[in-house]
Amino acid sequence: MSTEGVNKGRRRFLTAATVGVGGVGVAFAAFPFLAYWQPSARAQAAGAPVEVDISKIELGQRVTVEWRGKPVWIVRRTPDMLEALPSNDGHLRDPASDSSIQPDYAKNPTRAIKDEYLVVIGICTHLGCSPGYVKADDVHNLGADWKGGFFCPCHGSRFDLAGRVFQGVPAPTNLTIPPYMYLSDTRLLVGEDKGAA
Amino acid sequence: MNSLINWIDARFPLMSLWNDHMGQYYAPKNFNFWYYFGVFSLVVLVIQILTGIFLTMNYKPDAQTAFASVEYIMRDVDYGWLIRYMHSTGASFFFIVVYIHMFRGLMYGSYRKPRELVWLIGMAIYLSLMGEAFMGYLLPWGQMSFWGAQVIISLFGALPIVGEDLSLWIRGDYVIADATLNRFFALHVVALPIVILGLVVLHIIALHEVGSNNPDGVEIKKKKDENGKPLDGIPFHPYYSVKDMAGVIAFLIVFAGVMFYIPEMGGYFLEAANFVPADPLKTPAHIAPVWYFTPFYAILRAVPDKLIGVVAMGGAIFCLFLLPWLDRSPVKSIRYKGPLSKIALFLFAISFITLGVLGLLPATPMLTLVARIASVIYFAFFILMPIYTSIESTKPEPERVTMK
Repeated sequence: MSTEGVNKGRRRFLTAATVGVGGVGVAFAAFPFLAYWQPSARAQAAGAPVEVDISKIELGQRVTVEWRGKPVWIVRRTPDMLEALPSNDGHLRDPASDSSIQPDYAKNPTRAIKDEYLVVIGICTHLGCSPGYVKADDVHNLGADWKGGFFCPCHGSRFDLAGRVFQGVPAPTNLTIPPYMYLSDTRLLVGEDKGAA
Repeated sequence: MNSLINWIDARFPLMSLWNDHMGQYYAPKNFNFWYYFGVFSLVVLVIQILTGIFLTMNYKPDAQTAFASVEYIMRDVDYGWLIRYMHSTGASFFFIVVYIHMFRGLMYGSYRKPRELVWLIGMAIYLSLMGEAFMGYLLPWGQMSFWGAQVIISLFGALPIVGEDLSLWIRGDYVIADATLNRFFALHVVALPIVILGLVVLHIIALHEVGSNNPDGVEIKKKKDENGKPLDGIPFHPYYSVKDMAGVIAFLIVFAGVMFYIPEMGGYFLEAANFVPADPLKTPAHIAPVWYFTPFYAILRAVPDKLIGVVAMGGAIFCLFLLPWLDRSPVKSIRYKGPLSKIALFLFAISFITLGVLGLLPATPMLTLVARIASVIYFAFFILMPIYTSIESTKPEPERVTMK
């Protein structure tokens, strides 16, 4: 093939223009495919708050309710449990919950609106397993000075009874406290706080 | 017959393809037992595709019905149990043969120049296979499916800045949900099988371009006869095609034995907790990934920091990609390498198996310490490789292959 009379500049220009325009097209065409994977409108809407009757919870008992597909625990803490909380502070990664997620009204020593009831999302902040509730007098191998709390079976993270993470475990922050409010003394609304924060 | 072949050959390179890859592909004559496992992995790939196609005929990728549809296949569909067990046994056997195939490469230096691309393409197959297995494991929608996927997808959440959005994007919902199951189904049955098949073709093309390595690690192409055929090579067909047939039959006997008598392998191939439907509110008391992921899982768990743990886990796989450039030894095969390389490879194998066992067990302080030691050995194998392979004295490679 003769290459005489080939206009190389025009050839280069046409190649570059094709690549450029085609590249823009590819970028625009890729967007809908990527956006297709985002949570759908239906998934986004399915986050309604949950009402819970707490009158039947025994002292020391934990109940689990589902909110946005996640377990939310409500633990009725005994006075002994509450008294033991400050003694954990020295072993915790974030005792004052400064780098953890909670509404402002739960950023206090017991991480709750009312000290007695802990309301917390039961998903480990490490890799999303749901820890187990291990009381001090349950059978466990968490050491003799275990004062009760939550133990994640997946990777061994430990939390105290205010959902605060211990040092030396993989979970980086305390368990997350969801927005919640008291509708009355015995009724809780999880997922909604009417802007109380 | 000949005229038919001629007719085709005038329109399609049939004979030249056959000769390049079978009839006149010269493979070293000293292949040993370890060289069966490449062919075995092809056999398992065929089993998986065939049984997978049949499973999709009754499986429902829907969070409400997925678990029940798998039980339906197991109980009500004629021979459904057999097809399902073939597929689940095939998944574990895929990793068994691939791990042995990779270890063969480690022993005989099959990743060394000029086979770097064979190794890299193989590693890409391995990564795709891990993705394929992971997504497939979500489909039965049991407790292990659910919580295993929850943990693995949360791994992406550990990445700084983009992490949370990325794991949300992968799930398509705020938790593992129907959207996740449905898209994993699409990827498991359509997207990744296409990728894996394509990569397997590339793997074989690259291999047949440079020629197979052998237990001595000597290049048979260096010594050729007057016709340009390697003196130590024999045509793949009929010599190895026939030999491989015998091996494949032995392999299938073992495969069938497991499939018929211990398809769950005591909870290692199919975990007990996965016979309970997924419950988003309750993690099983002891969760562990399927056995083929546990070495990396143990590394993840050994690190007491979320981000560093995830990075270490990814790094453990990434290290393997670098092997062709880490090994500085003048010889390829472990047969002629010095004692340091032999000890290093031995310790590496032990640490990999130890991590695999630890990943199956609950984390206790004692076991975590063992996992940390094994992780250090695992990484030391790679990091120190440029040093120990260049300072040790090696035996001279023979001129021709040996038949021991």
